[in-house]
Amino acid sequence: MPFWIELIVSLFLLVGGVFVLLGSVGLARLPDFYTRLHAPTKATTLGVGCLLIGSMVLSTWSSGSLSIYEVLITIFLLITAPVSAHMLAKSGLHHRLEHAKQTGHPELIEEPLHKE
Amino acid sequence: MLSWVLPVVFAMVSLALILNFWSLQAGPGVPDRTLALDTMYINSSALIILYGIWQSGSLYFEAALLIAMLGFIGTVAVCKYLLRGDIIE
Repeated sequence: MPFWIELIVSLFLLVGGVFVLLGSVGLARLPDFYTRLHAPTKATTLGVGCLLIGSMVLSTWSSGSLSIYEVLITIFLLITAPVSAHMLAKSGLHHRLEHAKQTGHPELIEEPLHKE
Repeated sequence: MLSWVLPVVFAMVSLALILNFWSLQAGPGVPDRTLALDTMYINSSALIILYGIWQSGSLYFEAALLIAMLGFIGTVAVCKYLLRGDIIE
């Protein structure tokens, strides 16, 4: 394997691993649900995309033709991550989860239908 | 170079999975746990992709695609249940 292909693949894999780890650290550390939603949907998707690009470069080099499986997974993740994040945010607003003091727009939280 | 980068990335993704498991058991509500499970699905498909690079086989990508798809469907079904009290109305 030529050195420059190994360099590109290693760079993409390292960046991807760092972003996946950062997404999970953000999921564990951020103060409330609405901020916690940001870390996995953005950082983790970017990290897995970087891993898949590295894998695509490697298997394109080793098989000699453009490999398309990884592009399929990347496109699928890029389509589904915002949809599931939107559904999760809607269900969080519906359940009226607590928000931290610095999280904006508390008026978005749904009012209870029956006031006790 | 790839021979030492791959174990480092394996360790990073495994640490991310352990952190996800911690936030799965710590998260104070059902949406939090659903979010942690969704992240666990994506991270385990990343782990399978890394294993596919390690073994240089193409079968693992289909497994990763399958896991990502089922994770998305499961997350949307749970969210729909939390929002409406029903999955298919």
